[in-house]
Amino acid sequence: MSIDKDTARKVAHLARIEVPEDQLDALAGELNGILGFMEQLNEVDVDGVEPMTSVTPMRLKRRADVVTDGDQQDKILSNAPDAREGFFAVPKVVE
Amino acid sequence: MSGLNTLTIADARDKLRSKEISAVELTEACNAAVAGSDALNAYSVKTPEMALEQAKAADARLGQGDAPDLCGIPLGIKDLFCTKGVESQAASNILAGFKPEYESTVTTKLWDSGAVMLGKLNMDEFAMGSSNETSAYGAAVNPWRRQGSDAPLTPGGSSGGSAAAVSGDLCLAATGTDTGGSIRQPAAFTGIVGVKPTYGRVSRWGIIAFASSLDQAGPMTKTVRDSAIFLNAIAGHDAKDSTSADMAVPDFEAALTGDIRGRKIGLPKEYRLDGMPAEIEKLWADGADMLRDAGAEIVDVSLPHTKYALPAYYVLAPAEASSNLARYDGVRYGHRAKLQKGEGIHEMYARTRAEGFGPEVQRRVMIGAYVLSAGFYDAYYRRAQRVRTLIKKDFEDVYASGVDAILTPATPSAAFGLGEMADADPVKMYLNDVFTVTVNLAGLPGVSVPTGLDSQGLPLGLQLIGKPWEEADMLNTAYALEQSAGFVSKAEKWW
Repeated sequence: MSIDKDTARKVAHLARIEVPEDQLDALAGELNGILGFMEQLNEVDVDGVEPMTSVTPMRLKRRADVVTDGDQQDKILSNAPDAREGFFAVPKVVE
Repeated sequence: MSGLNTLTIADARDKLRSKEISAVELTEACNAAVAGSDALNAYSVKTPEMALEQAKAADARLGQGDAPDLCGIPLGIKDLFCTKGVESQAASNILAGFKPEYESTVTTKLWDSGAVMLGKLNMDEFAMGSSNETSAYGAAVNPWRRQGSDAPLTPGGSSGGSAAAVSGDLCLAATGTDTGGSIRQPAAFTGIVGVKPTYGRVSRWGIIAFASSLDQAGPMTKTVRDSAIFLNAIAGHDAKDSTSADMAVPDFEAALTGDIRGRKIGLPKEYRLDGMPAEIEKLWADGADMLRDAGAEIVDVSLPHTKYALPAYYVLAPAEASSNLARYDGVRYGHRAKLQKGEGIHEMYARTRAEGFGPEVQRRVMIGAYVLSAGFYDAYYRRAQRVRTLIKKDFEDVYASGVDAILTPATPSAAFGLGEMADADPVKMYLNDVFTVTVNLAGLPGVSVPTGLDSQGLPLGLQLIGKPWEEADMLNTAYALEQSAGFVSKAEKWW
């Protein structure tokens, strides 16, 4: 599997990272280098092997479904690049 | 009193308790060392006033007797840990100016123990790197230099600032985090001790996430004993991290008897790489001899899937990173790109992330997005998860055969020069983690211990890998290795 310029453009979009058109070829080359390294994994016989989803064999703990925190609007907004009237503000989204 | 900053935690603890020194005196010595260390670029933020306030409180507590081990001990904190009211940026421009409104569980435990914060420590951006060169603050510099050379060397990464600060006596100890070797490799490059605990031993809450199934915080210290004391303070279950283990934490310091008679130590043949420097081979063989002389039995073992650990890691870690880093969108914190007229929220997201993330982080986020995307998920991500199962099973088989710990080199080389890898392809840099990454994939504890110098006078380390939850036994073996190696060299101060 190899990444061409169009795939590189698509990957950059999926990652929501703006990449100028004239840098897409270089990006495709870089990604191909890394993916080539990963191709080694195809040598491994993984038939019947369960994919690991948790490295420690323990069940995730459940907590009581109760409110433990809250009522701190000021703190939540304190690092926002743009906060107005108690909300995060962003450019208009209506299409 | 001068030179207090060179103390170990254990010695400082005893002197504080006997009132030979005060926490304020100790902190002032460290603050002075930090103030004079700009050439090492280890600290991204210095907090000397806060440190003095904490030191005064520690002295009061020590005066009442019954103070915890870390009471009055000055520490540096990796920039990945959220510290309330103090910049916590993961060395990234995308978190420029971010001051958390909360404190990570690890640092909360440290301050509750009476420890003192000297400042925040440099690192690779979002902990992605092996040389500290991906930091938005510029690289931290290793206090060590090659004999007869003043070329700046890397302190390793990602916890490079932590390693440089501990090695250069800019603190008594520091926090690190380790996703693929980020505590153990920099510890080896700077002649200090670094411990990656078993996954789940230490809470990840409040630590900026890189790859959640691999990340684990741990101590970086001058001695094995100091790591045991430090781990005592930060280990334990935390309701705020559902992956932290709800199990008893032993007294790690009490386990340091130095008696390893009858222990079985494995040497994995797959770690004998083609082209491995003769110095590393010798270091490894010498380490095995030291453990044998201390009464351990040395056996050859096999971890057959070792070769596939790095490629599996470089699928899984970027995949998790691409999810974790999706939150940096310019809305809630940190940097937001300026927009031109007519542009909207989509341009805001993509440009904010292009401007805020450095090249290595962008690369990994995109690789992660690719291996998780429709059509490639099974071929890459799912396959890597299966290989991870096999890598863990390799270790389980070795431990089931009666082996207590595994001895390997910590790194394939000594510290390299800053900029020396600039033109290398990214995969070459990834090879730094070849001996450490298996431990994260298997969720095991590992420790790097300095045991020798190379021909250029640079420190080299060995790694011990323990059984899950057996940090105490692993640290005791590390303690025996440390005693035998007698590594006492320090970098000559040039900064």
